[in-house]
Amino acid sequence: MSAVAALAGYVDGIGLLGPGIGDWTAGARLLAGEAPWVRASTVLPAPECLPSAERRRTGTVVRLALAVGLEATARAGADPAALAAVFASSGGDGQNCHEICQVLASAERHLSPTRFHNSVHNAAAGYWGIATGATAASNALCAYDASFGAGLLEALTQVAVERTSVLLIAYDASYPEPLHLHRPIPDAFGVALVLAPAASAASQARLAASLTDAPADGMAEAALDGLRVSIPAARSLPLLAHLARRTSGSVALDYLDGMRLAVDVSACR
Amino acid sequence: MNPLALTSFTATSCIGRGVAATLATLRERRTGLVPCAFETVTLDTWVGEVAGVDDAPLPARLHQFECRNNRLAHLGLVQDGLAEAVKRAAARYGRERVGVFLGTSTSGILETELAYRERDPVSGALPAHFRYRGAHNTFSLAAFAQQALELSGPAVVISCACSSSAKVFASARRAIEAGLIDAALVGGVDSLCLTTLYGFHSLQLVSRTPCRPFDVARDGISIGEAAAFALLERPGESLDANAVLLLGVGESSDAHNFHGTGTPSNDDAEARAVTGVLGNSIPGSSTKGATGHTLGAAGALEAVICALALQHALMPAGVNTTEVDPALSVHYLRDNRATPLARVMSNSFGFGGSNCSLIFGRAG
Repeated sequence: MSAVAALAGYVDGIGLLGPGIGDWTAGARLLAGEAPWVRASTVLPAPECLPSAERRRTGTVVRLALAVGLEATARAGADPAALAAVFASSGGDGQNCHEICQVLASAERHLSPTRFHNSVHNAAAGYWGIATGATAASNALCAYDASFGAGLLEALTQVAVERTSVLLIAYDASYPEPLHLHRPIPDAFGVALVLAPAASAASQARLAASLTDAPADGMAEAALDGLRVSIPAARSLPLLAHLARRTSGSVALDYLDGMRLAVDVSACR
Repeated sequence: MNPLALTSFTATSCIGRGVAATLATLRERRTGLVPCAFETVTLDTWVGEVAGVDDAPLPARLHQFECRNNRLAHLGLVQDGLAEAVKRAAARYGRERVGVFLGTSTSGILETELAYRERDPVSGALPAHFRYRGAHNTFSLAAFAQQALELSGPAVVISCACSSSAKVFASARRAIEAGLIDAALVGGVDSLCLTTLYGFHSLQLVSRTPCRPFDVARDGISIGEAAAFALLERPGESLDANAVLLLGVGESSDAHNFHGTGTPSNDDAEARAVTGVLGNSIPGSSTKGATGHTLGAAGALEAVICALALQHALMPAGVNTTEVDPALSVHYLRDNRATPLARVMSNSFGFGGSNCSLIFGRAG
């Protein structure tokens, strides 16, 4: 399989949240080898950006998506209301799904409207719109373990074809039992990238993506590689490592069975 | 944008398996909605159920995908020579150059709902036959289609509620435009399940009668299920005059496919949006009175109906609507109209504010 035409964009801002990783500042230090990874449960901030009524209704995945999305746009100096957005998650809100299935298995079947609203895969996109006033197009997609790769492909394709900046938010959280056994995602992990069609003062690196059958790159540190393969959004870690170290190079990210995403990273500064 | 050709398309819903049956029901202005007798649902509502979805399991080699949603997908894929057309495209361009962009909101959630009724009384575990990856997960529809059609290119499921299988057209055309792929299977499948029936009921959005879009007495949706697909590729050198093209967003249009779910607020908001941009001279209708609201499959199902409208010079009537709400100043068709069409716009709007309008046209 030969590489196809490259899809390129500039990374203007990054957001990150994961187990023992509070934001991109902390994540970059970790990935640059400047600080050890201290494992701890992911801490999700309350979404101050939402009115209190909506804030109460948000579950883990929405808080996760909002947190990393806002960090990326703030770091990029971009107006979130003006950005097209791509939301990529392998599973959506597992806790909410469990609650709904429990109710439907009971005698009463009284589903709460809020639970139903939050069951759509694009719930995070909806809350993002409420929080930021964004009216530009948003997309919510899923490709199981390939969700980060699919999200990056969709975002870079939009950058290339529409010549517009795009916010990519990739996020996953764990399912409660009895679903957890069948989908053992250990904790919440989210990453966001503001991708722009042209370089600016905010640009950190140029990414060019194509399809490849080269094997996926792992993380040198075994524990971080364990994180990479256990949470779909963390398939982004080899790319984030380059961005953290401000190095240039090529990484192969896990994508679909039999195919990977090759990403050429060219550091801007 | 550069137009793309829909070189093959098909739809299976409660108004028929395949385009011939679908067109016949539209011509006869019949609805396929029936009183809900689905599973153990006790709601007073009408649904657009596809008969025979559970008649046969999937082919053995696809058993890991077994669920109602994928059985409906399979039923849809084998109609109208679509599967053969996709395989020809794979042979022509290469398997890795045909992408899969499908929409769904339900995926195989019904199987999970049923599995929760069979939890181990001590451990609470789900039964051994529960399939997360092949059925429950939102991506299973695209994984199933790739496997069924032996494709190995980019694949994704877009899940933005009721605009899902309209947005797949947009994503696919960008991927073709960018040179990532040469052709794309686009479409959507959603199936009846307890979550959507009880969920929309909890929002008091479900009608107790067959839904009546744009009617002065409209009072909610009727939920349906459907599988609809199209093969998108760059137009060839010589195009039949009756070939259907995806033209994107245009400035002129001969007809509308309204999203027209039948709720008081959707139809009102849609009417104001459409007439605000395009005025009220362009006639249109919603087909949801015939098929119900097929949620994640609506965009694709209605895209195929637009293609049939273009090819057969037929503006289908809005079935079940007896008196158009005078407060909605749209030009709403209550009768079929036979007239050559050059352009059709199709609207799909979803929870979370996800909107998509597609423009289709004839090549000739």
